[in-house]
Amino acid sequence: MSAVSDAVRKANADGRAALVVYLPAGFPDMDTSRACLEAAAEAGADLLEVGFPYSDPLMDGPIIQHANQIAMEAGYTPRDDFAMCERLNANIGVPSLVMTYYNICWHYGAPDGLRGFATTAADVGLAGAIVPDLPVAESSAWLDIAEGAGLACVFLVASTSTDEHLADAARVTTGFVYATSTLGVTGTRASLSQRAEPLVGRLRGVTDKPVCVGIGVSTAEHAEAVARYADGVIVGSAVVRAAADGGPAAVARLVEGLAAGCRRGYGAVANSDSAR
Amino acid sequence: MHDGHYGRFGGRFVPEVLTTTLDELEAAFSKAQADETFAAEMDALRRDYGGRPTRLYQAERLTAHAGGARIFLKREDLAHTGSHKLCNVLGQGLLAQRMGKRRLIAETGAGQHGVATATIAALLGMECRVYMGEEDCRRQRLNVVRMQLMGAEVIPVTAGTRTLKDAINETMRDWVTNVETTHYLLGSVVGPHPFPMIVREFVKVIGEEVRAELLEREGRLPDAVMACVGGGSNAMGVFHRFIGDETVRLIGVEAGGHGLDTDQHSATLVAGTEGILHGARSYVLQDDYGQVHPTHSISAGLDYPGVGPEHAWLRDTGRAEYRAATDTQALEGFRLLCELEGIIPALESAHAIVPAVELARELGRDGIIVVNLSGRGDKDVDEVARVLEMVTPGDGPSPGGASDVAAPDRSPTHPPSSSARSSDVPQQATTISSSGGEER
Repeated sequence: MSAVSDAVRKANADGRAALVVYLPAGFPDMDTSRACLEAAAEAGADLLEVGFPYSDPLMDGPIIQHANQIAMEAGYTPRDDFAMCERLNANIGVPSLVMTYYNICWHYGAPDGLRGFATTAADVGLAGAIVPDLPVAESSAWLDIAEGAGLACVFLVASTSTDEHLADAARVTTGFVYATSTLGVTGTRASLSQRAEPLVGRLRGVTDKPVCVGIGVSTAEHAEAVARYADGVIVGSAVVRAAADGGPAAVARLVEGLAAGCRRGYGAVANSDSAR
Repeated sequence: MHDGHYGRFGGRFVPEVLTTTLDELEAAFSKAQADETFAAEMDALRRDYGGRPTRLYQAERLTAHAGGARIFLKREDLAHTGSHKLCNVLGQGLLAQRMGKRRLIAETGAGQHGVATATIAALLGMECRVYMGEEDCRRQRLNVVRMQLMGAEVIPVTAGTRTLKDAINETMRDWVTNVETTHYLLGSVVGPHPFPMIVREFVKVIGEEVRAELLEREGRLPDAVMACVGGGSNAMGVFHRFIGDETVRLIGVEAGGHGLDTDQHSATLVAGTEGILHGARSYVLQDDYGQVHPTHSISAGLDYPGVGPEHAWLRDTGRAEYRAATDTQALEGFRLLCELEGIIPALESAHAIVPAVELARELGRDGIIVVNLSGRGDKDVDEVARVLEMVTPGDGPSPGGASDVAAPDRSPTHPPSSSARSSDVPQQATTISSSGGEER
């Protein structure tokens, strides 16, 4: 379906849930953010999400807000973020996606904003895009343009989504369906929400596209638990915190542990669960 | 205009987690609109509890000062809680109750909407949390205390610019987390559909009252209706009933801050560009990349880089005109109402006064102008005293007096004068930029 969905399926064929790692561009500076992303890919991430900082990130909790703020105060713009992605994609062997808010997509290369953003993303080698404040109902213009540029589109769903919304999101997605594990914003959580598994179960009823679970997935144990029922595991804030605390080396250590969790959890049920 | 769009503006740009709730809210609103007991309940509360209808007052001395058209003030400052905000919170509070929500959350800038929300939460026995920028908590301290007295928890927001924009972000984050038990009682005609529509429907009573009373007293419609615009709820409230009356000019006044030639203002419709902020497509003060600008206004309630999508549509169709009044002009309007009418207005509402005086001179003595006096100014007296470096009897200089301005030589009881800060602020920043301004 796309390089993004292929990456998830390839990991699954290899006996593990795909590990998707989020890090923001420009935090703590542009070169270090690229080094952290490269370290994550080297340490076992199957997909990278590169966050483009936005002034009003209403889906993000304190850790990612803070990283955003640092990057914006340094004066980086989406132009700089794209330039970093171009170098990143020349150095890694896994697909990367951009994750940012709709107003950023809408303005880049104005007056033809969405098209400018999508074609630039494709030109620098990004494989897909996640726009968390763009629900399916408002997405038709973006879908046409993003798919025309060859970008996979990822949509978020939540336990509050109706069956109809789940089906709509699954229908238009060309990457994976992003199932949010909990109600709330991005951030680390001590324990894993109980909402994710039933949500993934509902999604299995409406689609056979890959389903990845994120938001509040913080530790190798969480990753292992999610990998028992999902095709992929998305980790953001915990990795951002590692980047803040210990740079690329700390990111690599965390990602290795998360990747091992993805393999343990998926492997534990792979033989008994042919429905995947 | 359907599905929450006003021309190309509006819409619903929110995380999927909120979509279902916004659908439910819209359905509950439609059901309530069709339910006579809802209307009866709201009318009774508006009247007996809220003090509506508010009066329309002909401001004789302000009119004489202007020397032109008669200026009427719609006295929303006399409504319960001291502003027009109660209309909206009564409606949404009753709606939340019908939806089975037990908890209300709200953002607030000047604190007027926060106070109104705390009020309705107390009245309906609901839990209440209000997010308010740290900077606004400081400059509107009275309202913080009022909210706390009524049992609301006030959370200072330290993110970003520490003002209304960031309070909205933080309230959205709370809502995303607690959406099943909580209603976000949004305080203006902004945000994702159905909020701009719902808020407008609850505040449009302001214009309905103005129109009916003026027709009865004067036998005619006004030449112009004016109101300050931050998010735009009081302006939408007073404008909406007049949209079909083509002869009535609708004039919104935004916060010009230190002047439109600086980046220290909040004049979104006059100086902004199109974008998506807080769930809707509208005008936004932002850079070329879509990063939202920090804004400035002397009034916390207008200190916002976005504006309601229906105002964006009224601007582009030319049906309404939008201008800006600087901080200095707002202080001048504040002073005029204090000294000439014995009314201490909210600094927000005071923005419309100087433009109204100017328009009164243009229109001449046969004209009628209605200004929506959206709130009272008790909350602002500390800030005004600080900015003007007023000295009160028995006291030293007021705390925090601006150190960058030479202390004026002034007797202890000298009234505030707009000259205090005039040296660094352009006086002629009133600007007509919308297409409507030229089409009359």
